[in-house]
Amino acid sequence: MTTPLLSLQGLTKAYPGVVANDQVSFDIGEGEVHALLGENGAGKSTLVKMIYGLVKPDSGTMLLRGQAFAPPEPRAARADGIAMVFQHFSLFDALNVAENIALGMENPPPMGDLASRIREVSETYGLPLDPFRTVGDLSAGERQRVEIIRCLLQDPKLLIMDEPTSVLTPQEVDILFETLNKLRSEGTSILYISHKLEEIRTLCDHATILRLGKNVGECVPSETSARDMAEMMVGSTLQTPERSGREFGEVALDVSGLSVPSPSEFGTALKNVHMTVRKGEVLGIGGVAGNGQDELLGVLSGEIQTAADAIKFNGQAIGKKGPTARRKLGVLTAPEERLGHAAAPDMSLTENALLTGSVREGLESNGFLKWNETKGFAEKIIEAFDVRTPGPENAARSLSGGNLQKFVIGREVLQNPDVLVVNQPTWGVDAAAAASIRQAILDLAAKGTAVVCISQDLDELMEISDSFAALNEGRLSAPRSTTGLTVDEIGLMMGGAHGMEVAHV
Amino acid sequence: MIVLEKRPQPSKAWSYATPLVAVIATMVFGGILFAILGKNPIEAIGTIFWEPLFGEFAFYYRPQLLVKGAPLVLIAIGLSLGFRAGIWNIGAEGQYIMGAIFGAGAGLAFYPLEAWFIFPIMVLAGAFGGWLWATIPAFLKVRFGTNEILVSLMLVYVAEQFLASVSLGLLKNPEGFGFPGSRNLQSYESAHNAELIAGSGMHWGVVAAFIAVIFAYVLLNRHMLGFHIRLTGEAPRAAKFAGVNPARLILFCLGLSGALAGLAGMFEVSGPSGVVSIDFNVGYGFTAIIVAFLGRLHPVGILLAGGIMALTYIGGEIAQSQLGLPAAAIQVFQGMLLFFLLAFDLLTNYRIRAARSEVA
Repeated sequence: MTTPLLSLQGLTKAYPGVVANDQVSFDIGEGEVHALLGENGAGKSTLVKMIYGLVKPDSGTMLLRGQAFAPPEPRAARADGIAMVFQHFSLFDALNVAENIALGMENPPPMGDLASRIREVSETYGLPLDPFRTVGDLSAGERQRVEIIRCLLQDPKLLIMDEPTSVLTPQEVDILFETLNKLRSEGTSILYISHKLEEIRTLCDHATILRLGKNVGECVPSETSARDMAEMMVGSTLQTPERSGREFGEVALDVSGLSVPSPSEFGTALKNVHMTVRKGEVLGIGGVAGNGQDELLGVLSGEIQTAADAIKFNGQAIGKKGPTARRKLGVLTAPEERLGHAAAPDMSLTENALLTGSVREGLESNGFLKWNETKGFAEKIIEAFDVRTPGPENAARSLSGGNLQKFVIGREVLQNPDVLVVNQPTWGVDAAAAASIRQAILDLAAKGTAVVCISQDLDELMEISDSFAALNEGRLSAPRSTTGLTVDEIGLMMGGAHGMEVAHV
Repeated sequence: MIVLEKRPQPSKAWSYATPLVAVIATMVFGGILFAILGKNPIEAIGTIFWEPLFGEFAFYYRPQLLVKGAPLVLIAIGLSLGFRAGIWNIGAEGQYIMGAIFGAGAGLAFYPLEAWFIFPIMVLAGAFGGWLWATIPAFLKVRFGTNEILVSLMLVYVAEQFLASVSLGLLKNPEGFGFPGSRNLQSYESAHNAELIAGSGMHWGVVAAFIAVIFAYVLLNRHMLGFHIRLTGEAPRAAKFAGVNPARLILFCLGLSGALAGLAGMFEVSGPSGVVSIDFNVGYGFTAIIVAFLGRLHPVGILLAGGIMALTYIGGEIAQSQLGLPAAAIQVFQGMLLFFLLAFDLLTNYRIRAARSEVA
């Protein structure tokens, strides 16, 4: 057998209170696409950070082509041919593509040379990109191309990709996979991190599955079912959310001709959005991040106010009402960003329960706060949604992402809304918790709540929604029933492949 | 190597301990400073902290503590509400001056009438003057997005010019033989903010400071408005999501802190000072910023911090006259207090770990 490109042997890394990686060993062969699978918090990120020189292992060794390999910093890892595309892009909005790429280089060549090299690489790998466009104007898919090209310019031996498809439309995913296949055929190895099982089955040669920091299994994805891989990831049998009775009532939420400028400079304005949601209906809104999701949530929560008639609740114009007035009526929302938007990080869970619960739960009288009742409400959320915390007096930031998400969603669900709008309800939540959040949303719909679920997770939307629409550059496609909707159709609703036409020539 | 590690949640123990640790550190390093200046550090520190409370002339200094502490606490309470919400009024000195001018002006307008209602009118006028002066930056911020730090600070200098103008013109004592400054309100009975118990230092301003402490405590801990103030400071986006109207909050916080600073100025001019004069203001409005932070923006903390600050003022003056310490050294000493407080504050949110340097 040939020497693997990179061999990990017994890597261990502990942080205070948690062992992120415990004796992880596996090999990545030359020209292999190797998947690293695992739930949030399974230790995938820590592991790749060790390979990329961002974190040093407590024990264990790495061998690169049989030579001991211990990069003290990312620069050293890059020098040895390791490149990484992060999930969160590190790009400057105000600079153009070439400038952004030059910033990440040790010795950037003159701008003209760099631009022609960018063109060359982008054509070779089917990743069209104009070096002189400002990054702020690019779609998420195009930004990812900037990051990938930045890596390819270093001529890497191993390319690490952290959840690359979470920001792409299905068509963009296809094109990314073509690029990755081309790289593989040229002998570049790829370490591909994801929890999307179907794409791993199509793309990857080999998969390593991590759970709670341990290597719990390996498989050849094309020969293993998605369900088996999921159960290896979770370590237990999965519960699929169920729903009963899809009887819709009258229209509860009616949005028509809604146009709103974005409050932030690089945000997306909403353009002529129309949608109706009936009682008991779940409307799923898909789309790549940054296409107006935050703005849509803001305008429905009342943080952004607009023409009164643009938003109607049970026939009543509410576009000019603020968040408190809308809550009083029964229109509740849960934003995507948990820390700092849905919850105040340094405040206790009790105080965070008060944050949106004061009106409907009667937690104040004449402006004076009822702390006992508020604490009771917080305890009710913790109990009903199985939030793991020592108690309601703990600060929101002390909770893990998934637990805080359960708290934030539970806080709105328990207030019995007539309309509930959620943005990315299961983002960063483990599979079991995600299933229970989805179940709670479905139960609420079964009781007659009109639900709008904004999400980038298409599987989630297909699972829970009755109708589907997609946001693309601030425009909302006409909602369609989810029954019989194909992935291709969804992709087109999401805007197809942004700026990808050239690639098909 | 030493690394700072973020605590999962703020340490309660440290948030109470930091003011104490900061005071001790100030004593140690202040002592070193005094030693370098050639004074006996123990004696100097002792003079500052011991003499005003328990020294030979404590009967004279103790009432002074109330007289100096009350305006500091009153102003700092108002400032702390804004600071909690991330609204930075640093022009309390100007609002203090305007409160004094409005208060004294209202009183002198009735001179020489003696009536019970004059003093209450002066109180309202003083609060109004301060409110008015603080509402200028608030309005400009809400309407045009100006920076309230700059505008409120600039208005201090405008207020000082205004003070000079009225001391030499509008409010000048007609029987003052041409000297600048107003009539002495101490000798105008209806307008005099006299000591409630003779020789105690306890005047209406002290009462107002205590009321403000209680009011702020209830507001912050028991009322929705106080919750919204705290929420805005901790997470502005979450506050907007909760339904807080930022413009209204800015107007409220700046207006209230201005009104309290105005009250402090009015009680000062009608009591301990007595006269509207060019050098009426002595920096209470700025020192109150230190007091607010020293008290951790907590009402009870501010009460204690106001006491400590008043102590260093009075103790500092004694040290100047008895030991010949330069005034600048006392100011450095007070500055150290804020510096150490902010430095040790880090420990409420972070812990220090001695990490062995990692070897590759």
